[in-house]
Amino acid sequence: MGFKNAPMVTLKPYQAKEDLFPPEVRAEIDRWIAKYPPEWRQSAVMAALRVVQEDNGGFLTEELMDRVAAYLDMPPIAVYEVATFYSMYELKPVGRHKICVCTNVSCMINGSDRIVEHMEKRLGIRLGETTGDGRFTLKEVECLGACGGAPMFQIGNKYYENLTPELVDSILDGLE
Amino acid sequence: MANEVCFRNMDQERPWLLEQYRSRGGYEVLTRILQEKRPPEQIIEEVKASGLRGRGGAGFPTGLKWSFISRNAPGQKYVVCNSDEGEPGTFKDRDILRYNPHQLIEGMVIAGYAIGATVGFNYIRGEFWEPYERFEAALEEARAAGFLGRDLLGSGFDFELHSHLGGGAYVCGEETALLESIEGKKGQPRYKPPFPAHFGLYGRPTIINNTESLASIPVILEKGGEWFRNLGVENSGGSKLFSISGNINNPGVFEIPMGTPFSELLEMAGGMKEGRRLKAVIPGGSSSPVIPGEQMMELTMDYDAIAGAGSMLGSGAVIVLDDSNCMVRILERMSWFYAEESCGQCTPCREGTGWLYRVVHRIESGQGRPEDLELLDDMTTKIAGRTICALGDAAAMPVQGMLRHFRDEFEYHIEHKRCMVD
Repeated sequence: MGFKNAPMVTLKPYQAKEDLFPPEVRAEIDRWIAKYPPEWRQSAVMAALRVVQEDNGGFLTEELMDRVAAYLDMPPIAVYEVATFYSMYELKPVGRHKICVCTNVSCMINGSDRIVEHMEKRLGIRLGETTGDGRFTLKEVECLGACGGAPMFQIGNKYYENLTPELVDSILDGLE
Repeated sequence: MANEVCFRNMDQERPWLLEQYRSRGGYEVLTRILQEKRPPEQIIEEVKASGLRGRGGAGFPTGLKWSFISRNAPGQKYVVCNSDEGEPGTFKDRDILRYNPHQLIEGMVIAGYAIGATVGFNYIRGEFWEPYERFEAALEEARAAGFLGRDLLGSGFDFELHSHLGGGAYVCGEETALLESIEGKKGQPRYKPPFPAHFGLYGRPTIINNTESLASIPVILEKGGEWFRNLGVENSGGSKLFSISGNINNPGVFEIPMGTPFSELLEMAGGMKEGRRLKAVIPGGSSSPVIPGEQMMELTMDYDAIAGAGSMLGSGAVIVLDDSNCMVRILERMSWFYAEESCGQCTPCREGTGWLYRVVHRIESGQGRPEDLELLDDMTTKIAGRTICALGDAAAMPVQGMLRHFRDEFEYHIEHKRCMVD
């Protein structure tokens, strides 16, 4: 049949892995690596990118992706592919708080447009932009699986549901 | 007769805790199976007898899927749970992870025992951080209690279970894309065959089931396949979680027997908001063709009834639309979603989804051309069935459904350059 499935290992694994990331970042990546078969270090790439992105203030750089590649014995291109494929990785700087607002059907018919408009006005930015003071990024996302609480958005790891303009104000007021 | 299976613990306080789960007999089925060294074939037969069909959307019989694995093949096998809940309108697996994680764990261990797998992965969508943490905490509890790890309860059977977090890609809900994703790659679906039962995660035999399917297993084995089957109707065994949202008063997840009239589900969900008229229902997630409201009120919630109306039950994600909605705008938003989420691997889907969106968008913006509806009809037939995975079909079906039932609204838009709904 000719099906094969092998990890995309580099020919010359990078040796000085401990120099690539601070100890706490390494520890977290290693926790993920341990879940997968030893020859499949690359299975931890999504987790590694997430951890590194978090440690870097919410976005990835080419250098960081290269370090992830070196750490996991992957060709850099394989890491770029992953980082550009999934929507949760950011390749440009983002604000301290990334507001991911759902505008898919259930949210749309429950007033997500009004929520977006309210935030755009309040923050003085459009979807996809970051405020000048670097506090907020406004990002349009697809269904986040919380349609029972539409309209909703996610900030950081937290979901906020049944949004109204007033509720949005009080949430944003509570963020530094 | 509600909350019999995945939501049977919903009346408890902090139902996600191990002690709560055990107070209702949790992990007793697993314990008995391990103590009796029950033959795996018996377990698979029981699951087959239950009539359980894949709750992620495809509706493939779960027991049959398990039986495709050759249990005695040497080497590692895997159990993978698909918690990449992403079909717009679906929000049930999130509640299983948050409120009943142990039942999922127990189901996965039993699945591992049944197919001879010693490792499992639960692929949780990356945005589900709270559910992920809940699931992780449950894994710790289960490990400490001896339900995960080596030599479970002295049976000689090992099973380890890990979470894997996604990164935001709808297509990873497709089972082979999900496997690629666990392998640290872009989530692009694989050609099938070979199917995961033969060539799955890391090229090893793998079963992959939806969260709700796996979480149903302990109850099926406790009460019997026949009991489960009899909860539902012909061809649709059991009860099912329905995620209902849209223009209704009390959206949420309801566990009801298969075959329950839609009108009852709508009533449970508080009825229409502001007393408006029911215009249409998207019965099984945004990929399922829309059904007009009057027709929907006559239907029951099961595979055959919804399929008979030209749609599909899918993941049980019911989006209720009232008469204030413009169907062109709804379809425009849905088409944007598929264009955004196409993985780019197959030309008909990569190009076709963008094309569908652009044509629907121009109709919505008053730039529609008289030939556009025929163009849309034609395009859908050139996408559906011509791609590696079902995302192409998923993009085409809502267009076909809308044009079948609400063609006049699209024609009005094209002719008058505005909406017939105020």
